[in-house]
Amino acid sequence: MSLMQQMNQRAMELGVPLAIHLDVTYRCNERCIHCYLDHDDHGEMSTAEIEDVLDQLAEAGTFFLTLSGGEVLMRRDFFDILEYARRLRFNVRIKTNGVMIRQREAKRMVELGVENIQISIYSHRSEVHDAITKLPGSLKRSVEAIRFLKSQGLKVVIANVLMTANSRDHAGVQALARELGVTYTLDPTITPKMDGDTSILRLRIPSSELNSVFHNPDLVGNVEEFCAPPPPPDEGIMDEYPCSAGHTAGYISPYGDVFPCVQFPLPTGNVRKHKFIDIWRDSPALHEVRSIRAKDLPVCSTCSHVGTCTRCPGLAYMEGSMRGPSTADCEKSFHRTGIPSANMLRKARANSSGPLIQIQPVAI
Amino acid sequence: MSDKYIVRSSAIAARMLGGEMMIMSAVDSTFFTLNEVATAIWQSADGRTPLSEIVGGVIEQFEVEPDVALRDAERFVEELSPHGILLVSDHPIDDSSAGSRETV
Repeated sequence: MSLMQQMNQRAMELGVPLAIHLDVTYRCNERCIHCYLDHDDHGEMSTAEIEDVLDQLAEAGTFFLTLSGGEVLMRRDFFDILEYARRLRFNVRIKTNGVMIRQREAKRMVELGVENIQISIYSHRSEVHDAITKLPGSLKRSVEAIRFLKSQGLKVVIANVLMTANSRDHAGVQALARELGVTYTLDPTITPKMDGDTSILRLRIPSSELNSVFHNPDLVGNVEEFCAPPPPPDEGIMDEYPCSAGHTAGYISPYGDVFPCVQFPLPTGNVRKHKFIDIWRDSPALHEVRSIRAKDLPVCSTCSHVGTCTRCPGLAYMEGSMRGPSTADCEKSFHRTGIPSANMLRKARANSSGPLIQIQPVAI
Repeated sequence: MSDKYIVRSSAIAARMLGGEMMIMSAVDSTFFTLNEVATAIWQSADGRTPLSEIVGGVIEQFEVEPDVALRDAERFVEELSPHGILLVSDHPIDDSSAGSRETV
């Protein structure tokens, strides 16, 4: 077990919110076609409120802090927030589209000791990237931002979300990342909007392309290992927690709402009404999340993928039950290994079984 | 030992977890944990207190042998300074990071 894993384990045992994702705004200068957010400002926390939350998080033991949005730089006080967070010695990661980052902003970020900056790039071609962001010139600006950040010595990660509009461009983005000397990550997950609207799920890449992504050594490394059939689940696996959401990781919205994760919109409390630590320790919803082990998942506990699946409890929650399957992850497990999930088999059986007796009235 | 002065770098992330200090360098992303004694040295690294005086405090607080404490402190400084986690000087260090807020 690595040192980091040991500390994660300890945080889990002590109930410490080791990693918090804080969205400082939902406002954005891009209008990405797959975005799950409502970009209107419904009453963001003020600078003082956010600083108070940061004090509380430091007190609670949070070490990893992700500042994201919306677009973080839409807040004029973003650097005040960042400076405050770094004074409290958080390990800060920033997620941004980079459009508003020039030499000055890049310099400030390195001065403040930011751990890394993640920038979304959808394609190496402007016509594709800009059509997704709906902001003309955005690819050019984002790539320039990466160059500014790299020139300051900052670690940059390109996040390449795959969807129908850019499904063939990952090799181009990967080559761009190599040319820029930055890390490349790919994510084929499109999530429902936070209000439950699932219309954007039509942008998910088709199954056939998901299959080719998972069997592409340039993307997954060792294909044989990555696509290996799951080992038979043992008792230890059945006793494991589904993921770190609500255990050592949490999410706070710009309005102060606390959720187990950015992809898990289960209301647990609001820092404008209660202290963060009281929500973290006493929320019945968080207690319920923490009570769930793999063996408690009615469908997934019977699935051969139970020990290796990337099942997201948040996506499962948005599908109807935090104990249920996450269909998107069932499909990933299937296309990775060729073995259908218990959920897929159950649905297939339900679809194929007609009524035992069919009676059709005959018109005389 | 000629006196050294040490100060915590501002380019790090740090937090106490279950009695140990976690530290990550923003320079090279190296991750460290410090035990109780090392944490005490770390927390006293204000750039103004000589290392010998910091070691004196550690001896008093943890009842360790002076030779052992001194050797450990020097090794601690040697190991952390190349990662930019501690700044070391033969003179007191006037660094604003020493006064920065830290929740432990």
